[in-house]
Parts: sequence; structure tokens; C-alpha cells
Amino acid sequence: MSQQVDKIQPSYPLFRTDEYKDNLANKRALYEERHDQDKIDEVFQWTTTEEYKEINFNREAITVNPAKACQPLGAVLCALGFEKTMPYVHGSQGCVAYFRSYFNRHFKEPVSCVSDSMTEDAAVFGGQKNMFAGLENAKALYKPDMIAVSTTCMAEVIGDDLNAFINNAKKEGHIDQDYPVPFAHTPSFVGSHTTGWDNMFEGIARYFTLNFMEGKEVGSNGKINFVPGFETYLGNFRVIHRMMKEMGVDYCLISDPTETLDTPADGKFRMYAGGTTMDEVKDAPNAIDTILLQPWQLEKTKKYVQTTWNHDVPKLNIPMGLEWTDELLMKVSELTGKPIPASLELERGRLVDMMTDSHAWLHGKKFALYGDADFALGMTKFLLEMGAEVTDVLVNHANKRFKKACEEVLKASPYGQNATVHIGKDLWHFRSLMFTNKPDFMIGNSYGKFIQRDTLYKGDDAEVPLIRIGFPIFDRHHLHRMTTLGYEGAMYMLTTLVNAVLEQLDKETRGMGTTDYNYDLIR
Amino acid sequence: MAKLRQCAIYGKGGIGKSTTTQNLVAALAEVGKKVMIVGCDPKADSTRLILHAKAQNSIMQMAADAGSVEDLELEDVLKVGYGDVKCVESGGPEPGVGCAGRGVITAINFLEEEGAYSDDLDFVFYDVLGDVVCGGFAMPIRENKAQEIYIVCSGEMMAMYAANNIAKGIVKYANSGGVRLAGLICNSRQTAREDELIMELAKQMGTQMIHFVPRDNVVQRAEIRRMTVIEYEPTAKQADEYRSLANKIINNKNLVIPTPITMDELEELLMNFGLMEAEDESVVGKAAAAEA
Repeated sequence: MSQQVDKIQPSYPLFRTDEYKDNLANKRALYEERHDQDKIDEVFQWTTTEEYKEINFNREAITVNPAKACQPLGAVLCALGFEKTMPYVHGSQGCVAYFRSYFNRHFKEPVSCVSDSMTEDAAVFGGQKNMFAGLENAKALYKPDMIAVSTTCMAEVIGDDLNAFINNAKKEGHIDQDYPVPFAHTPSFVGSHTTGWDNMFEGIARYFTLNFMEGKEVGSNGKINFVPGFETYLGNFRVIHRMMKEMGVDYCLISDPTETLDTPADGKFRMYAGGTTMDEVKDAPNAIDTILLQPWQLEKTKKYVQTTWNHDVPKLNIPMGLEWTDELLMKVSELTGKPIPASLELERGRLVDMMTDSHAWLHGKKFALYGDADFALGMTKFLLEMGAEVTDVLVNHANKRFKKACEEVLKASPYGQNATVHIGKDLWHFRSLMFTNKPDFMIGNSYGKFIQRDTLYKGDDAEVPLIRIGFPIFDRHHLHRMTTLGYEGAMYMLTTLVNAVLEQLDKETRGMGTTDYNYDLIR
Repeated sequence: MAKLRQCAIYGKGGIGKSTTTQNLVAALAEVGKKVMIVGCDPKADSTRLILHAKAQNSIMQMAADAGSVEDLELEDVLKVGYGDVKCVESGGPEPGVGCAGRGVITAINFLEEEGAYSDDLDFVFYDVLGDVVCGGFAMPIRENKAQEIYIVCSGEMMAMYAANNIAKGIVKYANSGGVRLAGLICNSRQTAREDELIMELAKQMGTQMIHFVPRDNVVQRAEIRRMTVIEYEPTAKQADEYRSLANKIINNKNLVIPTPITMDELEELLMNFGLMEAEDESVVGKAAAAEA
């Protein structure tokens, strides 16, 4: 029976009923001009071979599932981290709908962001008029204290000049002369979402500090600045807050969207919540130093902070895993003179205890992973710390220097000897690797689920289960609230990894009377 | 009714494309041809001699005023001038902002959608900005638009360079579509042996010099009055030149995929006609002080 009003079913299991099965089979037979199943399977099997992998890796023309997003997406996330700030994208409306739904699907939260909806005539005459009306309307309707402007491809292709447009908007009185409108050019066809985050951050820092450096003195406010980069684990912001508070260090986390991306359901809609204040940004040059939590994606920020704020910007890695968290805390201690408190030492001890508890299960297990540069590097480092073997690290938007750095990390560990770092490659390349290299698990965002499905189709033995750590995660709930940085983050990752291993073992050993000799209560 | 012929006029900036086009179109109108001119230049000065106007309101300007292109109707933008010639200007942004190429695309799409290419037309002429800087200015020669291209040039070196470069552009489109080079129109600058030179260039490029338009001050006198020579002084000798050009175009069957020549070949041609001296390699990169 088809859909019934008193028992509405979703497509699964509805489509498994005979009526729908017949219907779909008929459609296939009559209209789809489908190849027969043998042919499809033959091609499928061919795509799993070493031979196909070679062809795939020599692919020049197209990208299939790129494992990166576009610049303004990052710019919007960066802007969301500032108090009462409206992200404003100069360009096409559809792009902004995409940014909003993308974050919305990951954070399960409404995401406020506006566009000035450039249309055909704006493409010909330039988008200045749209900018005038857009700034005026956005300010009047949504009453932000700051509007952070980024751009879509359309505005970039025709060469719209944000600086001139925004200044003209002020000159002509569409918004007040002193109303803060920092901006960044974020062409989507260059770089990735992490580049866009970097550009927007630099734009905001520039707006509030470039011409106000007089009287600023490094170290005078006694704080440490933290710049997160494109960060979607809300726990990662919270863990930095907690660790610094426990250390008694005065600090400023610049761009912190935890509140606005995690609002409570208490009957009140919050268009803005929390975030770094403008005063904090203005005061940022007075800090002792600035620490970049994801240095590989913050090149422009680093340059600006070093040359304009005159900060050293210590050379640190993303604080993922044990050693690199140690290094971060020791650096903060060194910079501020504050000792690492007993509470963090205790936390570290607990992590080490957990690592030794689970070590036996993770040792020698093979993992492949993909994601943003800093995440991939940090995850690699942590896996090696656990004695897990890394087979492949894939980062689409990383450069050759990153490849070398990642290879250094791998080379330094006996568990990284057989690993390959792939840059400029996409998830279709990664799919090939899952068949030919056959790791025990892959680590990445939700898009990996289709690779897992494909590997399962080849056979139970060929399946490579996906462990969801990364961005975006659309098909599991609340993982964005977890933590991957610091000791706390290592505990979460360790828990996730080891339980995935045990889950898989249970799956393999639950055959009654066949494999259940090893279906143990205690693991 | 004969099939509509769409022609695009290209050539170096300032060579006299707009003047030549309008005089040619006036001559066509005189013999009863129904013609439309589509100006594809943000300056919007391709129809002033036909309309006796300073500059026609362009499609893009009116669209900007009205809010969007969808708010326009054909009669808003299409003006009729001398000899029932229909005139349209695509227009575009001021220099330095926006995207003029996109403006040409938008305007031509608008004309197609609104039925400007009516059945009674014999000719459409596209008068295109001198420098084909991006894809938008190639819009007039995309599929189903202009199939015949005329390049206006003169015996000056840069005009010939430009003509050859335009021919290179045409080859790209010609190989995949029906667009063809229909000839060079020499708009005389009274250089030495100009007609022979352009005929030789045309021959090497695989095409023809369709007409040699001599220089005559009556053109300027007519321009001051915002008129074509055909209208201003129909008995002038120059008017007959444009009539002759019109007649040749009506009967033109010589449509080719051009064979643009190399830089070396072009330089050799110029040297043969004494327009360029053989390069002295020994002086390359030497400052005046070093030579003294």
C-alpha cells in the first residue's frame, strides 16, 4: 500500500514495499535506459582497482567532491564570531542561501547573514547601488553594531571595489561615517573556506587597528590573543576559555561564535549572542602575543599581526593531541609567566591514562583521513601518538609546504612510515585509496558516508567505516558541540576512535556459533 | 523575403567604424533595405548620425533607471531614424566600474527576447567596441548572430595589427560555427600605396578588400550636423563611395575562415611597402648614452 494518512512513512521503509519496488523497477526498465546490472558491476569493480587508481590520480580535468568549500563561507563564520555583527555578502543572493543552509545543517541553528542580491544590471554597472541600499537596509532592519562585508564570485569577476563602495556609502549618508563596516575580498574561485576566514579576520583586524596603532604597546594589556581560524567545534572555543581561566591567564579569543551558534530554546530568538567585542579587537595589539590555533590557514592574519601589531606569533601547531597541547600550554606559560595549574596537569594525567587504557585496541589499526590542513595535521599527530598507523592524509586546499610538514610528522614516528600525503586531491581520489590501500577506518566529514557505502558494495571485507570528525557533519547530531583541541579534545577523539574500533569488532564477531567466540563482554 | 543577414563591424578604436557603418547603412536604406544598427559600445555613439541625436538612450542605462532589464519594453529602446533605420544602443557602465561585456550580452539577449529581430529586416549591423577585450564583445558573433564580419582598417601599422588580431579571434569562432570574415573595409588615412597594401594584407589573410573608402572632408561636415553623407549631401562623390560599398556588401559571397598572418609576415609586408624599416638587432637594449 502506498502512503496512508494514519501511518505516514518516510522513503525508507516506504520504498521497500512491493508497490514501490515494482514502480521503481518499471521506471528503470521503461525510461532509464539503464545498463544491465552485470555491466554496472563490471564498471564498479574496475573503479576499485589499482589500475583505475592510477588513471584517477592522473585526472586533470575535473574535481569530484572537492573536500573544501568556498571563501565567503569562511568569511561568514568569522564574522559570526563578533558581537552584534551581521555578516554581509556583496554579490549573489543564492550564494548566501547556500552559506546559511550549510551552517544550518551542521549547527542545527538559524544563521543570520544578508546579501545585497546583485542582479543582471548590477553585474553590468557594478554593485555600488546594491551596496548603498544593502548597508542601509541591513542596519535599519537587523540593527547590528557592525556589518562585516565579504564577496561572491560575481562581484569579484567584475572587479567591484569594496573599499570605494563602502566609503561612498558613508559619504552619501547611507550609513554613518563612523559605523564599522570592515570588509574582505573573498573570491570563491581562489583558495577555500579557510582562506576566506583568514581574509575576513584580517579585514576586521585591519579596520579596527591599522590606523589606530599610535599609543599601542605590545604587552601593555597583559593578555594573550587567540585566533581560532575556521573552527566548527564549539567545544574548541570553550576549552580554550576554560584552560586559560584555569591558568589564570588574561586572554582574548578573537572571533568566538559559540553563543550565536548554540542558542537555547527558551522562547526567545537571538539574532546575535555573545562574540568578541569591538573594544577587544581595538585592544588586541596591546596583547603580549597572538597565538594562531590553526596556523596553516591563517597566513594573511599572521603577516598582519606580525607587521602591524608587532607580535611575534609563536610557531606552534594546532593544539590537537597530547604533545601539541603541551606545547601550547607551555608557550602560554612562558609568555605570561603563569605556571600550568594542577588542574590541567591532572587533566593531562587522565588523558595519558585513557591513552594507555585504549592503546592496545588502537595500536596498529590503520586510518586514512581528510579535511582542512590544520585538522588533518593535528589528527595525524594524535593518531601517531596512539600508535595508530596512518595510511593516507588528504587535504584539497593545502600547499607543498604543508605536504612537507605533514611528511616530517609522519616520518618521525614508526607508525607513519607507510603514509602518503595527498594535496590538491578530492574525495573521488580518496575513494580510490579506500579500495586499494584498505585502511581499517577513514576519518572525515559526512561526505565520506558515500565512500563507505561504495566499499561495502564491494564486500563486507572491503568496507571502510567512516568515523565522523571534521566539517561538515550533517547526518549526525550535536557532534559540533564536541571538542577536538586540548586534552579534553584528545579525550573525545580517543573515545570516538576506540569505540569505533570496538563497535566494528563487535560487528565482526557477533555471528552466533561462528565468530562469537570473540564476542566479548569485556573489551 | 530574403534571409536576414547579420553583420558585425570590428576594427581598431578610432578607425571610423561608427561613421563608416552609419553611412553604409544609410546607403543600404536608400535602396530600400530594412536595416537595424546595434551599437555594442558603452560610449553609445553608433547611431547618432542616423538619429541626429547626441547619444541615444541605451538599453543598459534605461534598465538601470527602470530597475531591471525586465522592466523595459522594446519601444523604449528602439528608435527609428533616417531611411527607417532601426537603432539600438546596448550601452554599459562608466569606465572603471562593472562589466561592459556583460552589458552587451544582456542587451542582445533582451533584443532577442523582445523580438527586435523582426521578419521584415534585411540587415542587422553590430558596431562593436574597438578592443575586443573579453567574451562579452564577442557576443555579436556567437552562434545564430552575426555570420559576416567586416573589419575596418587603414594603411597605418597599428590598424593592420588590430585587423590581423581580430581575424585571429574570428578563427576561434569560425572553426566551431558559421561565422566568417567577409572582408576588409579600408577607411583611407591617405598613407602611401594604401589600397595596394590593404589588398595585399587581405590576400594574405585569405579575404578581400571589399572597398577602399577615400578620405573626404564632406564626411566631417556631415558629422558636425549629425548626419550621414548620404543624407547631408546625396550628390557628393563620397556618397557614391558608400553606395558602392553598400552594393558590394549586398552582393558579397566571399565569406571565408580567415588565415591570420604571423607577426613576422606582417612586419615583412610593412617593410615591403616601406612602412617599417628592417630591425637593427645590434641596437636592442642599448641606452642613448651607451650608443654615443
